[in-house]
Amino acid sequence: MSMQSESRGPPTGSRGPYWFGLLWPAPSVSWQTAFFIAPLCLLVAITFWKVANFQLSADFTTANWVSMFTAGYFWDAFLYTLFLAAVTTVLISIIAFPCAYALAFKVSPAIRRLGVFFLLTPFFTSFIVRVYSWQVILSNDGILNSGFAAVGLGPFDMLNNSFSTIVGFFTLAFPLVILLHLLSLSNVDRSLIEAAHNLRCGRVMTVFLIIIPAARVGLTLAACFAFLLSFGEYLSPSLLGGSRPPTLSVLLVDTVKSGNHWPKASVIAITMIVTLTLILFAAVKFAYHKSPGADRD
Amino acid sequence: MKNLGDKSNRKGIVRRDVLKGGAAVAAAATTSMFLPRYGSAQDGVLNLLAWPGWGHPDTVGPFEAKHGVKVQVKEYAGGEPMLALANSSPIGTFDVILTDAEYVQMLRAGNLIVELDPNDYPFEDYWPNYQRFPLHWDGDTLFSVMVRFGYLGLSYNMEQYTPKQLTSYSVLWEEGAAGKVGFFDWYLPSMGCLSLYNGNKSPFDIDEEAFGKLRETMNSLAPQVAGYYSYANTYSSLANGQVWLIPGIGEWLTLGLRKDGVPVNTHIPDEGGIQWTESFSIARGARSPELANEFIKWMASPEGQVRCALRPGNETGIASKKGWEKLNADHPVEAEWLRMRLDKRNMMDEWNEGKIVIRRLPFQQTIEDWTQAWAEMKSV
Repeated sequence: MSMQSESRGPPTGSRGPYWFGLLWPAPSVSWQTAFFIAPLCLLVAITFWKVANFQLSADFTTANWVSMFTAGYFWDAFLYTLFLAAVTTVLISIIAFPCAYALAFKVSPAIRRLGVFFLLTPFFTSFIVRVYSWQVILSNDGILNSGFAAVGLGPFDMLNNSFSTIVGFFTLAFPLVILLHLLSLSNVDRSLIEAAHNLRCGRVMTVFLIIIPAARVGLTLAACFAFLLSFGEYLSPSLLGGSRPPTLSVLLVDTVKSGNHWPKASVIAITMIVTLTLILFAAVKFAYHKSPGADRD
Repeated sequence: MKNLGDKSNRKGIVRRDVLKGGAAVAAAATTSMFLPRYGSAQDGVLNLLAWPGWGHPDTVGPFEAKHGVKVQVKEYAGGEPMLALANSSPIGTFDVILTDAEYVQMLRAGNLIVELDPNDYPFEDYWPNYQRFPLHWDGDTLFSVMVRFGYLGLSYNMEQYTPKQLTSYSVLWEEGAAGKVGFFDWYLPSMGCLSLYNGNKSPFDIDEEAFGKLRETMNSLAPQVAGYYSYANTYSSLANGQVWLIPGIGEWLTLGLRKDGVPVNTHIPDEGGIQWTESFSIARGARSPELANEFIKWMASPEGQVRCALRPGNETGIASKKGWEKLNADHPVEAEWLRMRLDKRNMMDEWNEGKIVIRRLPFQQTIEDWTQAWAEMKSV
């Protein structure tokens, strides 16, 4: 008995500090420190450095911040990126929910497993390959326009615009959002739905009054993923959107490409990180906030 | 005898094992992380910093076979990315650097390339105007050996336009071109052509007033633009009909597509065109400068020059007249395609007519001023 309690129990004075137990989270903490916190600090520091003759040198100048924040094209890119990410998030959330709802509540377990399998298969292929495939489909001489031409329509410009960029974002985030919706809907207590039906609540009203509130955390986090992935994505705006107008990710790459200007690119990166952090905090607060009547339960 | 049932003993072994194992993994990871990844001549590798496609076996294969080495290429797309890579890589990363002429002096100023011996190279075989190409020399000191050149003008879809319609860059602003104008996403050649359109005979040497006018010209064109494309995407956008007109590119792109059946070509409008050149330099700290020198000598030879001209997907002009002669003798059809027939009007005639200016870096503004103007145009 004493051996068991010794091996399982908390640290005791006779065995010294429980330091070995603290080692277990150490790898993940070390990883985050080495590959996230430290680079982030370096990134902030670089925003104050300067570039001369394509070479970075340590300095403390606010010129990079002033230069980017007073440039009209920077704010244009910022607003355009926010707009694209927001539209994508709303559209993906609206379209993904019915799919996930059907998989969670309306189909047999076998069909559900098959659905999950097909939602995972896009990830078997590199994203860049999927983006290039969309070029073949959306271009003026592409598959869709050839189909339209066969019935006397088109050609329609479906590349090099916001539409094609959002198509790229959908390709990246849509399957993931459905899976996250499915996960959260699967955890909704079925007895709540039955109770709603017993109380003569219609199917549509049950969705809005019972299911969505019950799955709110998962649905919100899914929307967050859609936003995060779209906001920082580079391939879609560049290869499908034609970099016109540029998003922040395109602007970031351009800034490095056109003068090795890592400090200005770091300003863009920090702006993106801060923006995403604020949005994430707001979303988490919304997801976990309690309704006014919740405390009375 | 070890008592396996002794708990304290077993516990100690577990801790030590874990710690030792962790330390070993960390050390191995750290060591491998910082080991150099680039090979050297000793292990049969010549490291080349170049535009995409220079590692193609048709181009460098005979050299590799002759010297028993592998030409390993680190690719870039644009002079600034090349400078960034050359500046940020440890000395010894590259043996040979391929660069456009306007960046040679920046490489030299940055002490990134070394002086060459002109006697090592067959300049007597070159066309006279390329025997001492100004941007490759500093006084009497040679820093780079020219291998290829071409002209940049207005590339177009032949099903939509004829050369007669392309006498001026003003066609870009026409209603029929709305949404059908594209750009290779590199400020220098693109802005150079628009500067020519503005009437600047030295398109890169313009005062502030002319630069302001150039920005106005660029921004007025922006609504016509379908997209700003990466290297590969420039090919596909022209090939799939997404765009019909691209100023600032040339036969380096359209010739390969045309040979594959895509109806595209390049025309030099009356306002003029721009010449680009590519040349090889030996990187400072090259691990095998002798092999690097042999590589450049081979590329400057008639055989190497023909392979430069016929580089798959990127055929273009070459600097050696002997190379032209060999191309005409061995590949007359390709010589015709490349406008390098010695018995007909050819690329050298176009140069001699004075419509072409050499691409340079901005003189009176900084590169940053120009890239910022480019960024502004893209966001209009």
